Amino acid sequence: MQPIPQTENQVMRKEPTLGLGQFIRSLTAIIWKDMAAELRSRELLSAMLVFALLVILIFNFSLELDAQARTTVTSGVLWATFAFAGTLGLNRSMAMEKDRGCLDGLLLAPVDRSAIYFGKAIGNLIFMLIVEAIVLPVYSVLYSVNLFKPGLLLVILLGSIGYVAVGTLLSTMAVQTRTRDVLLPILLFPLVIPVLIAAVKGSTGFLQGAASEDILPWINLLIVYDVIFVAAAFMVFDYIVEE
Amino acid sequence: MITVRKLVKRFGLKTVLRGLDFSVEPGEFVALLGPNGAGKTTFLRILASLSRPTMGNVNIAGYALPGQAAAVRRRLGVVSHLPLLYGDLTAEENLRFYARLYNISHAQTRISEVLDLVGLVSRRRDLVRTFSRGMQQRLAIGRAVLHDPEVMLFDEPHTGLDQDACLMLDTVLREVAARGRTVVMTSHDLARVADLASRFDVLSRGVITASIKRSQVEPNNLLAFYRQALAEA
Repeated sequence: MQPIPQTENQVMRKEPTLGLGQFIRSLTAIIWKDMAAELRSRELLSAMLVFALLVILIFNFSLELDAQARTTVTSGVLWATFAFAGTLGLNRSMAMEKDRGCLDGLLLAPVDRSAIYFGKAIGNLIFMLIVEAIVLPVYSVLYSVNLFKPGLLLVILLGSIGYVAVGTLLSTMAVQTRTRDVLLPILLFPLVIPVLIAAVKGSTGFLQGAASEDILPWINLLIVYDVIFVAAAFMVFDYIVEE
Repeated sequence: MITVRKLVKRFGLKTVLRGLDFSVEPGEFVALLGPNGAGKTTFLRILASLSRPTMGNVNIAGYALPGQAAAVRRRLGVVSHLPLLYGDLTAEENLRFYARLYNISHAQTRISEVLDLVGLVSRRRDLVRTFSRGMQQRLAIGRAVLHDPEVMLFDEPHTGLDQDACLMLDTVLREVAARGRTVVMTSHDLARVADLASRFDVLSRGVITASIKRSQVEPNNLLAFYRQALAEA
């Protein structure tokens, strides 16, 4: 590498660029690390899952619903469950990085910091989708509602992406404060209201067999939200993690 | 190797570093001494590219911070009082993870070398959360030297270690420094650094107030030098 003289006793060098290969290698390393650690401890998934199942059971016992009402409230109950369980997972996932200084370990590595964000976000999304995949059949049995409709599954995927995109960014901010457990839901829920509204409306549409022109605006809103917040997180993550 | 000019760091209204000047030659082992709240950790976090300077120039191995942070990080190994390791991964898995982040070729060979250096070959498949504090700190040093950095930063690495663990850590630190690396280490323990460092700088109230080479001071006079530097600050 050719040094570029700056002053008498100081030389400046050109910074080598970080390639796409290194970006993908770092991203997959972070996802692998989260999966391997969770496979051992099962702390995050078990907490999310137990919490989600408890919420569903409480709703089941507290709301005595007829068949028609069940279809109406299903999407609301489901998304409230996913949102609460998701917050638990987001907090735990980032706390794992902070507690032993591992977040600093990631930030010290010569990788694009957006790779750290996307690695953590994809890991969180996988955990959330696993919980959802277990909650859906349990809910179907308890409430006698068929939830295995491709349209509904698409809404759940899009809603989860939006939720995790914002949640991962905000949990990175919240984890640096002493009140992280309280702060994350306070910051997160107002921001994900558009996702929750669109996801509930879209889910209800698919469950009640509404016309596609009634559902499509909600799907479009979810897609736009996902794109905007993933792009925003990509741009601001570097500033959020630096003091 | 490290050049810092007129470094200022403010957190809101509080100024922690006040126009600090500092330089380290290649291969030097500098002990950064100072009382609590002097700004040692803040300074080290800026050198480590974890914190942005408010003002001033920082240059490490020919790269400027914060603009060329990725290039600096590639040449930097950092050990703090936290291990920066995942408790639910084994020693080997932790090193493999960092090897992928640092894009280390022949990672398995390098991991074996590093585990040998820090004396943890026999525990390579054990979960880090089962390690004692001393073993975790040795593995943390292994993690920091994995990519063979030119510059090492140690932030009070002896914190929380018992006497035996401190002695073992000193052996590893000597080994790390003996390979020609440039080392900056913060510490409160003057007796400990007296044996390790080749230069002693005192940081007080956000500036370097005194600096002396080991050849210029007897180990048992280091405390007197330190107290005088603080008194004159």
